[in-house]
Amino acid sequence: MRGWLPVFKKEMRLYFGSPVAYAVATFFLFIAAFFFAPSFIQYADVSMRSAMQPQMGQSLNATENILRPLTYNMAVVLLFFIPMLTMRLFAEEKRSGTMELLLTYPLRDGEVLAGKFLAALALYAGILALTLSYPITVAWFTRIEWGAVLTGYLGLLLVGAAFLSIGLFVSSTTENQIVAGFGTFGGLLTLWLLGWFADSAQGALRTVIQQAAIIEHMESFAKGVLDTKDLVYYLSVTAFALFLTLRSLESKRWRG
Amino acid sequence: MIQVDRLTKSYGPVTAVHDVSFNVEKGQIVGFLGPNGAGKSTTMKILACFMAASGGSARVAGFDVFSQSLEVRRRIGYLPENSPLYADLPVAAYLDFVAEAKGVSRGARRSKVADVMDRCFITDMQHRLIGKLSKGYRQRVGLAQALLGDPEVLILDEPTIGLDPRQIAEIRALIKSLGGQHTVILSTHILPEVSMVCDGIIIINRGRVVAKGTQAELVEQVFPAARVEVEVAGPGEAIASSLKTLPGVTSVDAIGVEAAGARDGASRFVVESPRGRDVRGELVRLVAGRGWELLELHQVGLSLEEVFIRVVAGEEHAPQILETVVEEAQ
Ligand SMILES: Nc1ncnc2c1ncn2[C@@H]1O[C@H](COP(=O)(O)OP(=O)(O)OP(=O)(O)O)[C@@H](O)[C@H]1O
Ligand SMILES: [Mg+2]
Repeated sequence: MRGWLPVFKKEMRLYFGSPVAYAVATFFLFIAAFFFAPSFIQYADVSMRSAMQPQMGQSLNATENILRPLTYNMAVVLLFFIPMLTMRLFAEEKRSGTMELLLTYPLRDGEVLAGKFLAALALYAGILALTLSYPITVAWFTRIEWGAVLTGYLGLLLVGAAFLSIGLFVSSTTENQIVAGFGTFGGLLTLWLLGWFADSAQGALRTVIQQAAIIEHMESFAKGVLDTKDLVYYLSVTAFALFLTLRSLESKRWRG
Repeated sequence: MIQVDRLTKSYGPVTAVHDVSFNVEKGQIVGFLGPNGAGKSTTMKILACFMAASGGSARVAGFDVFSQSLEVRRRIGYLPENSPLYADLPVAAYLDFVAEAKGVSRGARRSKVADVMDRCFITDMQHRLIGKLSKGYRQRVGLAQALLGDPEVLILDEPTIGLDPRQIAEIRALIKSLGGQHTVILSTHILPEVSMVCDGIIIINRGRVVAKGTQAELVEQVFPAARVEVEVAGPGEAIASSLKTLPGVTSVDAIGVEAAGARDGASRFVVESPRGRDVRGELVRLVAGRGWELLELHQVGLSLEEVFIRVVAGEEHAPQILETVVEEAQ
């Protein structure tokens, strides 16, 4: 059962041996900064003025005004960002033929999958941890609700895990990285847009669509509320996508 | 050690391997030959548990390649065609990954990796990125990863392709040294390599086994007659007819004088006799007795090339194969 470890280490080496990890981290931090900076500056501006006119300063809350939208926006950015982390994982191995060797080592398919999934998750978690610098910056100036912020981050980690497993599945179905990348992006976008369609649907259908929409479930996390329903949703999407990936690997052995 | 029984593999409408059966004994080195597209790589992929067969079964080290794939994979080293490797990893880091994946313990890893790098002559390249290596070096890294973990069975698909002549010799010596302890099945298009390295030979063509055995057995199967080539100075016609009268001689063919480069006034013949019946002594006495001059006499050694070409070409014209091809096309 320790077979995931060599695969994990190899994937990490490949992420950091090529520009992928650095490029993706830079991209994510940059976009996050893009969302963070304006609201931070605006908040600073407003709080400065309210300090001069004390009668206005009642509803000012750094967590709510800066960090909650940041969490939500980052979840949306993941739509673009996660496909870049996962597109290579199986597609490239299949194209270059290294899959043939990987699958003939004494590793279970589940171990290969776990190694790859955990490597992508670890890289993502690392990059996510870097964005903690934004709440820390805010905390430097004013008091924030760390509990709510960290709940938001837990949500980001879960939504990221779900996205990563979907990305892995798409990557396992093709030999072409670009197809894997765009396929994942398209799939995630569809799941996200479902939330918009929910508004125009009625009755039971509306509830179903709302439940299926992948980012809707982020809302309570972003608010700092831990809802079991959302937790279960993300964990089951992750498990289901990983299960499909495993099936797709097995079918590869059958068809050759 | 390797038992293949009526193995069949189809890629959609293409039947790449058809009813292939053979055995490889423990400690043997077997050469797997066949023209392009014969199904060598396909068979090896199935033996290495990379893909499932469409029919038949295969056992490696006593385990079924499909139902006990993990047990098989613990005991094999596989070098796929074109040795696919991770271009973005340095050689030593890559081999360390392979060693760990094959379950080599942490303590032994470093020395095992150093050992295979040494045996495959890549130690001086260990810090280079694999993608930046020349083809021959990449091939050697591929071989090194197959040897890691000291597997009982080695499945090597064209192991010496792309190597320089000195390396070919060294890698052949390496493979030969594996015999006895390890069971090796290797495919190649370099036939002299097979004569040098292998104990047994399996030839397949269009997905079917067309010949198997040792080289001597194959030669015997394919060419039942032993041949001697002679050059004699004297009257051609008379020589030919008297050679035919020699006991044991089954046929005498004159070879064109110009083509064979015989001396003026001399003729060359190929004399056939049943294998195991050596007619050379009688032939010499006959020629000397008639007062002719014997200029040259040698046995025509039958090389594996000749066997290969005969077997593969013969197959192509064999009516029953044509029939099945027609059947499959319909
Ligand atoms: N993935 C595949 N899909 C469809 N057909 C395939 C596939 N792989 C091989 N084939 C076909 O199967 C047959 C056998 O191919 P294989 O690669 O086993 O031949 P080979 O004996 O290794 O040839 P070579 O000497 O060229 O390496 C060929 O007709 C080939 O076209
Ligand atoms: Mg081949």
